[in-house]
Amino acid sequence: MDETVASPLRLCVHRSVDCDPPGTVSVAIKVPADLRFVEDAIELMALHCFAGAAPCKRTSFRLRVLLAESLTNSILFGAQGNPQRTVRLAAEVTEQTIRLQVTDDGPGFDPREVPDPTSPGALGRPIGRGLFLIRNLADRVEFNEQGNSIWMTLPRS
Amino acid sequence: MGFSKRTNAAGVAILEIDGQLIVGNRQELKTLVQDGLDRGERKFLIDCSRTGYIDSSGLGALVTLSKKVREANGDLRIAGLNEDLRALFELTKLDTLFHIAPSADEALAGF
Repeated sequence: MDETVASPLRLCVHRSVDCDPPGTVSVAIKVPADLRFVEDAIELMALHCFAGAAPCKRTSFRLRVLLAESLTNSILFGAQGNPQRTVRLAAEVTEQTIRLQVTDDGPGFDPREVPDPTSPGALGRPIGRGLFLIRNLADRVEFNEQGNSIWMTLPRS
Repeated sequence: MGFSKRTNAAGVAILEIDGQLIVGNRQELKTLVQDGLDRGERKFLIDCSRTGYIDSSGLGALVTLSKKVREANGDLRIAGLNEDLRALFELTKLDTLFHIAPSADEALAGF
């Protein structure tokens, strides 16, 4: 059964419960490529990912930081901050895990080329920590070949 | 949710982050500190005891502010990090860049 909910911020939520494996809940949100929507998109996704669950404080923290980093990267670098474009945020939620996906319509990037922000020369730089945080906070991180879609897996409890 | 600022009797500007420090609101914090610097304030305490989460943009804003304050011969300290936030600073090695105190009171005592 599918249902679509539109919020005043034009975020669209798509929920489907007929996925494989049974019991998986699929959530999809289209986010305008505008940084003002990041916080609301995070809270909307968190609401759906944790529906009926009681996540520990650390899981709740991890989910929010992972979404903040991936959404910000996609909005700024993938969609060039153009609010006419959208970033797609999706999640597959099972009883045990949450698999988040963030996709933009940009050219993508090579995650292997992102330098380590903890190296001595980089420590004082104000940028460059996003992907590092994602890699350290998610249990599993995957990219598509183009580099414009990222999957991040974390526990749901 | 947001930022609040007060100055104590010792002249320390105490900025409390209530909620999150992320890409959408980091500029507000930067403006608060810059305005303080422009007015001659040199001691800043960022109180995170009511902060939920910080993203890399928020961490970057703190790095920028710390540098600005230092260049003005001032001192910016951070206090009240919860376990997750503390781990974030340690993970990024920013704990080596900042003066971090367990609580606002402890940070203020050492100013």
